[in-house]
Amino acid sequence: MTEDAPTNDGQQFDRLPATADDREVEGRATREEVVEWWDQRFAIPPETFEGYTFWEKGKGKIWILRGDVSSPLRIEALGMKFLRTRQEHWKPTTNAVQRFGREASTNVIELTREQARRFVRGEDQEIDWDGDWGYLVAVHELAGGREPLGVGLYVHDELRSPVPKGRQRDL
Amino acid sequence: MEKLERYEPLVEDFDAFLDACQRPLPSVVRVNTIKATPERAKAALDEDGIDWTGREWSDTVLELDTDNPGSTWASYHGWIHGQEEVSAIPAEVLAPESGERVWDACAAPGSKTTQLAALMDDAGLVVANDNNLGRLSALRFNTERLGVTNTAVTNSDSRNFSLKPFDFDAFDKALVDVPCSCEGTIRKNPTTLDEWSIDHVRSIAGVQKGILRRAVQATREGGTVVYSTCTFAPEENEAVLDYALETEDCRLVEFDIPLDSRPGVTEFDGESYHESVRKARRFYPHHNDTGGFFCAKLEVEG
Repeated sequence: MTEDAPTNDGQQFDRLPATADDREVEGRATREEVVEWWDQRFAIPPETFEGYTFWEKGKGKIWILRGDVSSPLRIEALGMKFLRTRQEHWKPTTNAVQRFGREASTNVIELTREQARRFVRGEDQEIDWDGDWGYLVAVHELAGGREPLGVGLYVHDELRSPVPKGRQRDL
Repeated sequence: MEKLERYEPLVEDFDAFLDACQRPLPSVVRVNTIKATPERAKAALDEDGIDWTGREWSDTVLELDTDNPGSTWASYHGWIHGQEEVSAIPAEVLAPESGERVWDACAAPGSKTTQLAALMDDAGLVVANDNNLGRLSALRFNTERLGVTNTAVTNSDSRNFSLKPFDFDAFDKALVDVPCSCEGTIRKNPTTLDEWSIDHVRSIAGVQKGILRRAVQATREGGTVVYSTCTFAPEENEAVLDYALETEDCRLVEFDIPLDSRPGVTEFDGESYHESVRKARRFYPHHNDTGGFFCAKLEVEG
């Protein structure tokens, strides 16, 4: 690596490279990897993200934008914070799962109303689950359909609630 | 309340106006159509046992019989957002369409930004700017909670906003919902007028003029700019429009919002304004049981 090798700059939004062959910044996720991750983990069809672009600002913080703008872009925020990469297990945001998780068909855990209440209060709870451990889409039944509450983390026979403080509610 | 006495020559049934200003506001929310249809949001409120009343002028505005609309499943999911009824007017008047580029010049905390995005079906681009970095965190929180993905958030003084970071050189539309003396929000916050002074009105009017002027410049020929405040002061309303008409290539156009309103005024306190400011609309608290509001629609000319 030379001194001039491009690095991640926390002050600006850079569009993710389409594929690994297009990658210039070391460790940066590609669009292909991001879309495949949602497909493999939650069976959310890749077509869901047609018309969206993905961006990195901050270390491993991936943002999703409907449409496209010029890259790089030095502004405060772009679209929605979507996914955390550059760590062993990629982690989707609560807001991204609420927005796109309706399409999920694997690693979806359905909660009763009482379990949903505990989840949105930010509480961990023991719930049986015979699927994979890791990040799950937590859903409940509301107004005639299944609606994602956010992302849950299932480990050691326990569903943990990573709902951020500011999004937690006592319902 | 005596600070409102200066508007007696403008407001018919002035006693009813003063009475309304002393009553609390109804609890009103907007349905966020990015995440739910009005029907589904209403069904979720029904499941929570919260009564709602619709509004004839908009499918997405609902009055709820709770003081705490945030404590509902519909709110947790971002299907509804607490927003005063008159505050939903300017985005409807701007009527942005899917795929357009829209500038929200004074965007925080984001009720109108998210409404613009919803009207555009979350497609196109909303550039949401605010000069106050602290308030931007509320804006970012709200756009993400409501599932908005077509917004770029910038932090600058709108009076000299630069399009340089972007790959286009004009907006199709702009919403200029300026900081103001907030007289119209007295029903929500009864202490609003405690710090009112004519000097403050004059100084903030200067800021408003600068922002509206820049918005007209940054909007393409034939594009639309909507100017709004939540105040009654003609110095911050008609006088600012009068200045924009004088200094920039633009004209006022009529618009129709099926709420009771009065035309903009052409004379106040010894000043007179361009005749066409009558095309602006004044919304008074006693007419629709809302806060007070002012809204004008401009077309940018070549």
